[in-house]
Amino acid sequence: MSNFFKETDIDTSQAEAIVTETLKNCDDGELYLENHKSESIVLDDNKIKSSTYNSDQGYGFRAVTGEVVAYSHSNDISKESLRKSSDNLKDTLKSKKGTYNHEIPKTNSKYYENINPIESKTFDSKIDLLKSVNNYLRSKGSIVNQVTANFLGEHKSIEIIRSDNQILKDDRPLVRFNVSVVLEKDGKKETGVYGVGGRQSYDDYLKDGSWKDVCDEAFRIANVNLESKPAPAGEMKVVLGPGWPAILIHEAIGHGLEGDFNRKKTSAFHSLMGQQVASEGVTIVDDGTLHQRRGSLTIDDEGTPTENTVLIENGILKNYMQDRLNARLMGTKSTGSGRRESYKHVVLPRMRNTMMLSGKYSQDEMISSVDKGIFAVSFGGGQVDITSGKFVFNCTEAYEINNGKIGSPIKGATLIGDGPSILKEVSLVGNDMKLDPGIGTCGKAGQGVPVGVAQPSILINKMTVGGTKL
Amino acid sequence: MIRDQEFLKDIASYCIENSKKLGATDVGVKVIHSVSENVSFRNKKLDESNRADSFAVNLTTYIEKKKSSINSSDLSKSNLEKLIERCIDATKITPSDENNSLPDKDLMSKEIRDLNLYDETHYPNDKKIEFLKKVEEAASTDEKIVNTEAGFTENKNNFILANSNGFLSGYKTSNFSSSCVVVSKINSAMERDYEFGSTRFLQDMMKPEEIGKIAADKAIKKLGPKKIKSEKIGVIFDKRISKGILSTLASAISASAIARGTSFLKDQINSEVFPNSINIIDDPKIEKGLGSQNFDSEGVETNSLKLVENGILKNYLIDTYYGKKLNLKSNGRSGGTTNLYFENGDLSFKDLLNLEKKFLYITETIGHGGNIITGDYSVGASGFMVEDGELTYPVSEITIAGNFKEMFNNITLANDLEMKYSTNAPTLLINQMTVAGK
Repeated sequence: MSNFFKETDIDTSQAEAIVTETLKNCDDGELYLENHKSESIVLDDNKIKSSTYNSDQGYGFRAVTGEVVAYSHSNDISKESLRKSSDNLKDTLKSKKGTYNHEIPKTNSKYYENINPIESKTFDSKIDLLKSVNNYLRSKGSIVNQVTANFLGEHKSIEIIRSDNQILKDDRPLVRFNVSVVLEKDGKKETGVYGVGGRQSYDDYLKDGSWKDVCDEAFRIANVNLESKPAPAGEMKVVLGPGWPAILIHEAIGHGLEGDFNRKKTSAFHSLMGQQVASEGVTIVDDGTLHQRRGSLTIDDEGTPTENTVLIENGILKNYMQDRLNARLMGTKSTGSGRRESYKHVVLPRMRNTMMLSGKYSQDEMISSVDKGIFAVSFGGGQVDITSGKFVFNCTEAYEINNGKIGSPIKGATLIGDGPSILKEVSLVGNDMKLDPGIGTCGKAGQGVPVGVAQPSILINKMTVGGTKL
Repeated sequence: MIRDQEFLKDIASYCIENSKKLGATDVGVKVIHSVSENVSFRNKKLDESNRADSFAVNLTTYIEKKKSSINSSDLSKSNLEKLIERCIDATKITPSDENNSLPDKDLMSKEIRDLNLYDETHYPNDKKIEFLKKVEEAASTDEKIVNTEAGFTENKNNFILANSNGFLSGYKTSNFSSSCVVVSKINSAMERDYEFGSTRFLQDMMKPEEIGKIAADKAIKKLGPKKIKSEKIGVIFDKRISKGILSTLASAISASAIARGTSFLKDQINSEVFPNSINIIDDPKIEKGLGSQNFDSEGVETNSLKLVENGILKNYLIDTYYGKKLNLKSNGRSGGTTNLYFENGDLSFKDLLNLEKKFLYITETIGHGGNIITGDYSVGASGFMVEDGELTYPVSEITIAGNFKEMFNNITLANDLEMKYSTNAPTLLINQMTVAGK
């Protein structure tokens, strides 16, 4: 039984009948129902700047035949609205004939609990914690110019009704706690940002004063940047720290290995399956099954259980990430990577937690091997052009390396590289793999979804650093 | 089809009345209905059709100086009743802030001018398909084009903005947009480029053949790029990206960045921040303008503003909340700029390219490397080398870097302004930036 038709003029079996009738000549499709509650509480400039609660519910009805996707969505769950959507889908696909694929794997695994983080911590205690963050950071001295802190919490319930009356369900908690601080010294201003989160309650991340660690880290980064010098410009060696810098992997490799771009042959990787695309020590996976991680999913947004997909093994390209449509058209199976931002969006193959696994070198060995280069510890965002393969990301904490020693911090600079060739430039893989703190959101085709990344320290032989100092 | 004003007004009034009943001293609400139909093509075949029908209510309740908000897509009164209760409960326990308030009554918009923002023409999907076929036909005449994608979207919106001081107003808007993205290939190397058009009225849309041809020409020209040496050089920004300079300015002079002290232009009002030949205007009352509006997102009257006059920063972008912090009146910029543009410069495009023997001409930037607090700027880029006024060869995998303060001071504008987006700039030159390459 579905939970979505209780206060409507339609019941589960009537909805199932509409789904079956609409999809009878299609290759695939489903009725996706979603109830999404979220909150945002922001402290800024010594005040609670905003407190917002969002409540959204709706459906996305999808019919797929061949390469064609017909989609109709609405926030009106009613007989009339579903009928209208059904007519719209049938009209788009009227000249096509497909055979419905009933096969969908089942799972008993669960990678997170069904809790609602918004309700599991009182509004008062959230406000109090934000005030404590503000007081704690401002007590560090008059150097603190601005403090922003926020809670973002959500609970999403989804149901997928397929043509044979199967109903697949998932309940997904997600939280994020973020702190940003601006410091000012001798007329110079710099920012430090840090956050934590995942698919648990807020208190799992903030208890026993661990919120202070988040504040301290943001403060530390800003403080480092106050001392920063202009960054160098040109090609040089780059050592990346472990954890969050793995957004390099996400941008440089991950997007290019998504099934849709390879089916359409618009990815720089589309002809490289089975070939050496990275140095031998490099293994990269995309794992949806890590407990309580931001990018984890019990089932994806088409109902397929997620898995740990090996993308690159010892340098060889092994798999793309697939949703059902691209898997069918490429003659393979979904890897449980079909995701959508909400019921308003079509499914696309997307990343979950993308990770480079540990090798055998220590970070010290890497740094001491570099005559001239940079050591990048933390990043802001990144972006990729999957066709040309060129990708960038912005350093938010980085240092110069001179003669094997870490030197002065340098100003935020963009690093640019070429996706298909960058992994061949990885000469050392560290033994210190770390997960990111749970803060990533990936954008593709206007849709944002939560993701995770992980990597050990790595040494890249050659990358272009976009500073101002020649 | 799109719901009428009466339907939206009824919901807005319900929200205000119920909030007041439960103890709100002030209320602001926006009710929106939008219908969007999109068709996309790939390699001359139908790829996707997408129909969206969405409602939204955004409600903010105040109890004296305390404030809280809710958003919902479910307009049923039973749902709204529950959410209003939740909103009031949260408002009661949110700490107060002396700057929280509805806008001053005398600043509110009094009359609605018809700015020609709504075209009721419905462009049925089979017409969209015919249009897209022509786009792709024109895009794929050269064999170096190996993939084409084209899309057409039609949007109709209606909204009501209301508050408990008696403001209740709204109007319909429409938007038609079409895009074409193509991939060109030579040996095994590929490049991607695009073209798109966006208009309020269907009749003003670019010709499909033009959209396809421009996208294909651009993608072919990009093939076989070189990485250049690191150097200091004058950088010319193509019109597609020169408008980004104005978006940076808009973020840096928003009242929030100024009040919070997090802008590199703090304390620069009435100072020279651009060369004295430069004027920057934000005009909300342009007929059919993509950024046009009768009032801002709080209902405040909005009029044309000279942000920069003869190089001097003249105005911030002010809303009610941050205006109070700065002791300034809202100038109707809650929600940001409207139709923002540089007034044309003196030089033709050709003359600009001939100012020096050698320039870097950038057509695309990648990454988010602008820092509004420090003004530091570093992004990935691709484009062309310009030698003796001619585009000679494509360039990629480089970065351009500088600081906005210096960049603003070193701008030279061409005279080729077009009103194609809501923010528009002519081709512009920034003298001396650092390019990092080989």
